[in-house]
Amino acid sequence: MSQAFEGGRLPAAYMNPGPASFSEFLSAVHPDLLPRWQDLPHGTDGRPLTPEATTIVALTFPGGVVLAGDRRATSGTTIANRDMEKLFRADEYSAVAIAGAAGIGIELARLYQVELEHYEKREGRPLSLEGKANRLANMLRGNLGLAMQGFVVVPLLVGYDESREAGRIFSYDPVGGRYEEHRFHSIGSGSVYARGSLKKLFTDGLDEGQAVTAAVQALYDAADDDSATGGPDVHRKIYPLVDVVTEDGYRRLPADEVAAVAEAVVAGRSERPDGPTAPID
Amino acid sequence: MSMPFYVSPEQSMKDKADYARKGIARGRSAVVLQYDGGILFVADNMSRTLHKISELYDRVAFAAVGRYNEFENLRLGGVRYADSHGYAYDRRDVTGRMLANAYAQTLGTVFSESNKPWEVEIVVAEVGDDADTDQIYRITFDGSVVDEKGLLAMGGSADAVTAALKERFDPGAALGEALSAAMHALAHENGERRELDAANLEVAVLERAREHRKFRRIQGARLNRLIEEGRGSSPSPSGGADSGGSDGEASGDQEPSA
Repeated sequence: MSQAFEGGRLPAAYMNPGPASFSEFLSAVHPDLLPRWQDLPHGTDGRPLTPEATTIVALTFPGGVVLAGDRRATSGTTIANRDMEKLFRADEYSAVAIAGAAGIGIELARLYQVELEHYEKREGRPLSLEGKANRLANMLRGNLGLAMQGFVVVPLLVGYDESREAGRIFSYDPVGGRYEEHRFHSIGSGSVYARGSLKKLFTDGLDEGQAVTAAVQALYDAADDDSATGGPDVHRKIYPLVDVVTEDGYRRLPADEVAAVAEAVVAGRSERPDGPTAPID
Repeated sequence: MSMPFYVSPEQSMKDKADYARKGIARGRSAVVLQYDGGILFVADNMSRTLHKISELYDRVAFAAVGRYNEFENLRLGGVRYADSHGYAYDRRDVTGRMLANAYAQTLGTVFSESNKPWEVEIVVAEVGDDADTDQIYRITFDGSVVDEKGLLAMGGSADAVTAALKERFDPGAALGEALSAAMHALAHENGERRELDAANLEVAVLERAREHRKFRRIQGARLNRLIEEGRGSSPSPSGGADSGGSDGEASGDQEPSA
């Protein structure tokens, strides 16, 4: 892409059958377009170079899945960004969120979006949800060298599986290990608290609205105990991002809908700062 | 040492053009037309998986007639070009004009430099924010580009199909009516009047109001519903199609042209 095509025509490599994967195509034909993080000298600690994206939660409900994330990015003890977007529409039936080294995660998500769409256009049908999950694991494996230098990034993938008619959640470790999570999961610095919160709030019969509220409650609990996670910022009107994937496809909840949920959660906390209680027996 | 016969450049170009035209004329037609919600693509295509109409990028789609393996190469090249460009810059920076130019240069080079021209004719269409900013480009086998307004037909008997399409074309028509006009036009293939149904139609739209990717295939129950809708609103169904049409279809399918 850096140099114009000869005579303006499509290069022969574009029209060879070649790989169905967009990133493989780029590495063969336009390696200059792929992120060149591999060139980083060994033994350097790169952590100060990019901020850390913090907490992501996901939970399923009958017929779909909710993905939500706080908006904060931190550099050490400094808040690097207050309204960061860590959630991405991956394709019509899936969404991906990232935690960890922000610069690398965002680029990973961007490449992953093109990867899924490219496959779908090329083959005439989308990848299966399992196929999408495996492809992400594979792309993450390419980041292992950087993870060893402190640039750890982990994604969380959610999607609607048409064959099972249900939402599913996939988590990853920094070496590309792929784990299917059932019911709910959380990643990032505040994930311990968010998961504890979801454990108490989650039930199998939640509807979409309740699942969204549970996600916002869990993010509130994460922000309550983890300094790197941002809670709802009512003064600046910065609220979590919430994506919902169902049979009807991907949907980012409009800001005013999330604001209403977040303000209700904040109001509830002024009555009971620790949030809703779960029955003991 | 034997000398090759001298063939004048004029003769050589004319032979190649005749060859390409004959190849394209063997295949069945496709039409592209505006409707009130965007751009409609309809192709006479027996296959449900070997597409003549495809998505290139968010707002841009591709339609082709002629030799399948050749236009499939072009389609793949266009998808890769669009995806690479959109990834390197931004999704908004991928335009139909850019893709039309790349196709024109590619086909022009093949036509002038190789012995066998590609027997394809393609359309690159981009849906804009309103009907006035829609773009429809026709690119022919020799690399010439035409910026078409409102409608076009290509393939087997493009002239007859275009004439029939013009009778019924209305850029403000609803989707069902536009589809009915397209089917009416495609029924004029090879001078015969054929009855077309969902089984031999490939239909897709670039829907202006849709978010992200505006390309959508229309098939199955939705296509049947639309055909019914169109029948309800059209002046009179052509009717009286002889069954000879379907026999011609079966033998036509033996051709390499899709």
